[in-house]
Amino acid sequence: MAAPSAANPSLFDCRQAFADTLIALAKEDERIVAVCNDSVGSSNLGEFQKLFPDRLINVGIAEQNMVGVGAGLANGGFIPFVCGAGPFLTGRALEQIKVDVAYNGYPVVLCGMSPGMAYGELGPTHHSIEDLSWLRAIDGLAVVVPADPAQTRAAVRWAVAAETPAYLRVGRTKVPSVSPDETNAFAFGKADRLRDGKDLTIVATGVMVSRALAAGAALADQGIQARVINISSVKPLDDAAIIAAARETGAIVTVEEAMIEGGLGAAVAEVVVRNAPVPMRMLGVKGFAPTGSAEFLFDHFGLNSEGIVAAARELKGR
Amino acid sequence: MTVPTTDAELSTKLAPPLSATLDSTARVDLLRKEATRIRRSVIEMIGRARMGHIGGDLSTTDILATLFFAVLRIDPSNPTTPERDRFILSKGHCAAALYSTLALRGFLPVEALSTFMQPLSALNGHPNRRKVPGVEANTGPLGHGLPIAVGSAVASKLKSSQWRTFVVLGDGELQEGSNWEAAMCAGHRRLDNLVAIVDRNRLQQGARTEDTNQLEPLASRWTSFGWETVEIDGHDLAALYDAFTSPRIGKPKCVIAKTVKGKGISFIEDRVEWHHKVPTVEQIELALKELA
Repeated sequence: MAAPSAANPSLFDCRQAFADTLIALAKEDERIVAVCNDSVGSSNLGEFQKLFPDRLINVGIAEQNMVGVGAGLANGGFIPFVCGAGPFLTGRALEQIKVDVAYNGYPVVLCGMSPGMAYGELGPTHHSIEDLSWLRAIDGLAVVVPADPAQTRAAVRWAVAAETPAYLRVGRTKVPSVSPDETNAFAFGKADRLRDGKDLTIVATGVMVSRALAAGAALADQGIQARVINISSVKPLDDAAIIAAARETGAIVTVEEAMIEGGLGAAVAEVVVRNAPVPMRMLGVKGFAPTGSAEFLFDHFGLNSEGIVAAARELKGR
Repeated sequence: MTVPTTDAELSTKLAPPLSATLDSTARVDLLRKEATRIRRSVIEMIGRARMGHIGGDLSTTDILATLFFAVLRIDPSNPTTPERDRFILSKGHCAAALYSTLALRGFLPVEALSTFMQPLSALNGHPNRRKVPGVEANTGPLGHGLPIAVGSAVASKLKSSQWRTFVVLGDGELQEGSNWEAAMCAGHRRLDNLVAIVDRNRLQQGARTEDTNQLEPLASRWTSFGWETVEIDGHDLAALYDAFTSPRIGKPKCVIAKTVKGKGISFIEDRVEWHHKVPTVEQIELALKELA
């Protein structure tokens, strides 16, 4: 598919949808506060800060304290959205996420901003590609990866209503709209079947969903009918949708902007081997990335329509 | 659970058992009795479980007794009432002292203490707020309590509420950098509704703090982070009470409570090896005799 570009009005930065929804909800609900680590700009919280200066708690460059402060605010009756660049929020404060948020059961919404390889050229220190693996292993923590602005808006609304420990990946890499329906764009724990097919299933998350749809269309031209499933609720996973995909299509390709080890591919494989073993291919980030833009790195790791098509054809022996 | 309906009712419900109008001698006498009960309970719990952190439990006991019986505005019949003071034990390994205090203060049945660290007990080796009423934060890994306490103090300010947050930190724990992130944040925000108490027993698991990773000059370190800092004898119940109730001066307060690890048991006091050593049956008898 075409490279996302600022000039293309049909591509969106999900951070805007995130901020707009958070502000709209905060106007109605005084429990909503934002906590950040000197990331007012990169978390797109400037407008929130203007409207609610007291409710934007910038703790400075201190992620461990940031997550603990979030837990303390929840203890005091607030619903904190704790925002920081994905790699630092999840890597630096992993024990705080485990203990202060998940083990305590405090309704903190951890917002991993600009996750995956959004900061492409800045290098592997700034890539959040381990987050799905790390956080999926933490009991009681929801892991949510919206694929487009509609899903982002719905996921933010869900997080406020659910009052549960949650991690939300808020994408910076521009994406097209993939949700068929704005009002029901996200259902916690549910997968979305975006394309139907009988020959195999492509299971994708986040930025990769539009690429999976492009691959589905390309495969159809080659006589292979692919089902395409969007997993925005990485945890809990919609086991039923995965089992149905395995039984009804007989082969699965997973694709994610994250390490395969422990990520979406691993999550899907866990369900498949227990319930309906079928051949699988897993596409994801393979180790620390070389220098390059996010788009360059997607191509480098085969995380594009061509890469998905190749994996699907190999899986089908065609 | 009865929910108070008026401000006056709420205020009465939250008041500590030892009234602020008591004279100091009477208060200290009553607090000393509570502290002795907590120490005896700690010895019995650890003796039964054959596990625990006896040294730190005993150094922190007088701090807990003063807070729970004379300072904290909390309600055992409604442990999560929004206007309650918050107490966080950052040194979560001293759970036996906390559980004993909570039981004696009415948050859980005293009989429950005999299940300490037994299979499926609510009383884990480190506290769990989802299982034990009165616990505000699950702690255990060090350096977690102060950031949570800062968040809770910010919450009180945001709501223009009156409740205060108290957090007890181990001294060895201050080697964790997260404490200093939180200390900087509290100083910057002038959180005068936050009190951090350092249980300064000068010993950590393996050796003296000053031989491991020097903490001194500890008071000036806190002061330089924007805190009002006082150093007191952490076993002087009147001094503890005064430190926790003195007027605020627009800054968070750090009370460096100079304590003795193992306080109250002659053969345990100030010995590194008693960080988590378990007394023999004979030693338990001796200890309880010293606490009679």
